[in-house]
Amino acid sequence: MTWSALLVLAAGTYAMKAAGPVALGNRALPPRAEAMFALLAVTLLAALVAVSTFADGRSLTLDARAGGLAAAAVAIRLKAPFVAVVAAAAATAALLRVAF
Amino acid sequence: MDAAERRILRDGIAIGVAVGVIGASFGVLARTAGLDPLMICAMSALVFAGGSQFLAVAVVASGGGLLPAVVGGLMLNARHIPFGLSLAPVLRGSLGRRLISSQLVIDESTAFALSQPDRRLGRRAFYTVGITLFLCWQVGTALGALAGGTIGDPAALGIDAAFPAGLLALMVPRLREAEARVAALTGAILALAATPLLPAGTPILVASAGAIAGMAVNRSRRP
Repeated sequence: MTWSALLVLAAGTYAMKAAGPVALGNRALPPRAEAMFALLAVTLLAALVAVSTFADGRSLTLDARAGGLAAAAVAIRLKAPFVAVVAAAAATAALLRVAF
Repeated sequence: MDAAERRILRDGIAIGVAVGVIGASFGVLARTAGLDPLMICAMSALVFAGGSQFLAVAVVASGGGLLPAVVGGLMLNARHIPFGLSLAPVLRGSLGRRLISSQLVIDESTAFALSQPDRRLGRRAFYTVGITLFLCWQVGTALGALAGGTIGDPAALGIDAAFPAGLLALMVPRLREAEARVAALTGAILALAATPLLPAGTPILVASAGAIAGMAVNRSRRP
């Protein structure tokens, strides 16, 4: 890694983060556009959940992370607080790794 | 600080602890890959998008070259464009403030902000989580970069499972609408289907089509 590569990655990432807040500014978007962007964000977060649970590089796997996510789903179903959901997932994945 | 704001702070700190541990593992990995501590800390402060930092360092470490490392990192970070667009309503303020706030646009600050019932709490959640995670990420990175290999593997603690779990918990309030459920499920399936076929980062972009599926459901329901 060189400083110039690092700075290009940083500048490009920042430009993408800032595009929405800077371009839209304080203008109110039409409600339909606002709803569409919120829907897009939820979709991308769902994709991120799926990929960070079931992907290992470019292959799909079923490992301790899937067990952790299942435990989280149960905790959410039981209306557990956020901290408990996250702790249940981590503890389940850690236990599965010890067990297998 | 009312009850809702206290809850946001508590939840933000919980995820911040996990972010600190992952930051430390990034510091260790980057050090092993031959980056000096100053460069490692600068990367965490200036890029502040964990996935792309791991990807870029891993590509360089495996001899993949600088261009693929940077391009791969930027592709992975392209999701921040729609994140920023969806956050614009809660990030209103002077241009200077918006420029500074933009650096705090990450997966968790977006998910926390969007999971709040109104714009005031959304704004509060964005800043609380964004600032907490920024600080935890920097401290974790610095500790990892300086302590080197003495830090254990965060996977042994299940920390890697904490992130999808946290994002899922934050998405649940949104999933009450059929439109969002269809969009989220379609997006997740598309991303997984694309994973073996496309380079890292791009499956998430392919998932955008899930939002179109969600909107189609919505339209078919309305007369």
